[in-house]
Amino acid sequence: MPPRISPLQISAFTATSAVGVGKEPLAEALEHSRSGLRANDFGDAPLPTWIGRVDGLEDVRLPEALASWDCRNNRLAWLGLHADGFPEAVAAARARYGPSRIALILGTSTSSIGETELAYTQLDADGLFPMNQRRPAVHTPHSLAMFVQQVLGLTGPSETISTACSSSAKVFASAERLIRLGLADAAVVGGVDTLCGSVLFGFNSLELVSSEPCRPFDASRKGISLGEAAGFALVERVQDDAGAPLRLLGYGEASDAHHMSTPHPEGLGAERALDEALARAGLAPEAIDYINMHGTASQKNDEVEGALVARRFPARTHASSTKGFMGHTLGAAGIVESVISLLAIERGLMPGTVNTNQLDAGFGPQIRLEPTHGEVRYALTNSFGFGGNNCSLVFGKATA
Amino acid sequence: MKPTPVPPTLYIEGPAFWTPTLPGWNAARAAFRGEGGLADPPAKRPSPQVLAPAERRRAPDTVALALEVAAASMAGAGRNAADVPCVFVSAHGDLSINDYMCSTLATDPTVLSPTRFHNSVHNAAVGYWTIGTGCMAASNSVSAYENSFAAGLLEAAVQCAADQSPVLLVGYDTPTVGPLTSVTDSQGLLAVALVIAPERTAHTVAALDWSVQDNGGDGTVPAPLSDAAKTLAHINPMAHALGLFEALARLEGDPPPPIGLPLSSALSLRLQLQRVRD
Repeated sequence: MPPRISPLQISAFTATSAVGVGKEPLAEALEHSRSGLRANDFGDAPLPTWIGRVDGLEDVRLPEALASWDCRNNRLAWLGLHADGFPEAVAAARARYGPSRIALILGTSTSSIGETELAYTQLDADGLFPMNQRRPAVHTPHSLAMFVQQVLGLTGPSETISTACSSSAKVFASAERLIRLGLADAAVVGGVDTLCGSVLFGFNSLELVSSEPCRPFDASRKGISLGEAAGFALVERVQDDAGAPLRLLGYGEASDAHHMSTPHPEGLGAERALDEALARAGLAPEAIDYINMHGTASQKNDEVEGALVARRFPARTHASSTKGFMGHTLGAAGIVESVISLLAIERGLMPGTVNTNQLDAGFGPQIRLEPTHGEVRYALTNSFGFGGNNCSLVFGKATA
Repeated sequence: MKPTPVPPTLYIEGPAFWTPTLPGWNAARAAFRGEGGLADPPAKRPSPQVLAPAERRRAPDTVALALEVAAASMAGAGRNAADVPCVFVSAHGDLSINDYMCSTLATDPTVLSPTRFHNSVHNAAVGYWTIGTGCMAASNSVSAYENSFAAGLLEAAVQCAADQSPVLLVGYDTPTVGPLTSVTDSQGLLAVALVIAPERTAHTVAALDWSVQDNGGDGTVPAPLSDAAKTLAHINPMAHALGLFEALARLEGDPPPPIGLPLSSALSLRLQLQRVRD
């Protein structure tokens, strides 16, 4: 097992999804079990499914100087970045450390492929992109990070992590290592993914999309609801002032070595990620008060993860899936669920599992349908992706 | 301004290289030393033995290419792939699958192939690698546009130094096709791999000193030295690895000059190889 790490401070964090822009609407939705899912109205011939769509993205206009970056994903990044005073927090860190000492590590699975899809419907007589789509920096996986780097005025090391649905959880691990080695003083981490044809019709081709709002861990769950989201966090070494009480305590990354699109039947890769996250945090499973499960509402994922939580955690641990609130936001799921875990610690709010009526009898008592209030000292969040790519994170409160 | 910390020296094992005109490290090493020419005719795409025969035929070019160099690197490092965390890096992912997906979505989205869809994720190659080798360690898939090789190397070196564990680095890019040629400049197949280890072993080929340095905003990739490398200088974004692999090929004699690869508009990844002596 890996040795314990020094905690990092979470100096700022924010998330934007189908339930609204920034932390307040998210906390309000979690408090009142209000789902943001709606019947699919995305695209010309929408599939009969439910989606977590962010309102108003079509009307977002990037400033003139950034207009060449325009696409749905970068618009969502722009909207999400400007919530909860996040740019001001980054500006303060930039003033403190210098722009080249702040790393930028973002996770995304689709980046701006939606814009590439659009360009394919607009081809010119030679079968090439029209002139207004000849924007190389938009039609590439790193587009999101290049755009955010320019918006935030950062010049430190930058990379895109694209490991499907674990992408924006793994960003915390990469940031911690860079900061520990002294190659950066702080990092902006996060992720953005937007609805597009590739994911809607792609997951539909795998028969993983539900015709109704997703019901994680329900006995009659019928598959996933796709969503879009943006989330960001500013992490840095723990400062002397006691201003930021939230901490990244541990992370674990592991592979299933099993199958491209179905999880290991015994959850061995997921359990390895869990064990490594707990080891780096120096905690036993009994210490975890709240678990934000991956909980996609697919048959297999829920079966494997439900069994893992049942065998490793005491009955008192409050576990839930928040996919019913905003859908499965793919590469952005890790950061959105990290923000939910941080809100749980900050506000003592443990969310329920919205839309789910009847828990599958195979699961343990940890999975709760209703939200609860109580002290959350330590929260765990799981993210599992295609290719068997797993990441677990542990967050906690600063110890005085 | 604080001095930038210097991270610990790391060690390179198992350099691997594949492009149709230099199919394998032995061919590339000889050519980079001026002791060999380019394969004529160029080699057909590799057929990685890590995959089951049926999967080998169906594998996209990106997967075939990446797994070929990954396996060669592991063999050269004398390590068991199941135990080694891996960082795969590609600037563009699988352009031919992107072309298929976007073309199909523009015509009849309901006929999208489920296999092509799950192969469209950027981490498909590393996914097949971990499945094929039984590797349950951490695996990563990284992109950073034109700085992809440097970003992937930094990710792998940082993980190696932070966890005191060997890490497999694999970099690959493939040709652009169809309407994507309007925006993506990627001309051919090129893949590289190496294992970065925290300690010297019997398989070590070079010591690597590395750091992140402010380049004052004028970082550029070093020009290739050999005629063979010059033919590959613009093949695709992984060509940024040529300087490092040329230096690995020419380790005898004086230490090679340091290599600086741009990481951002302000920073370069500075690499200094040292020959290890018996």
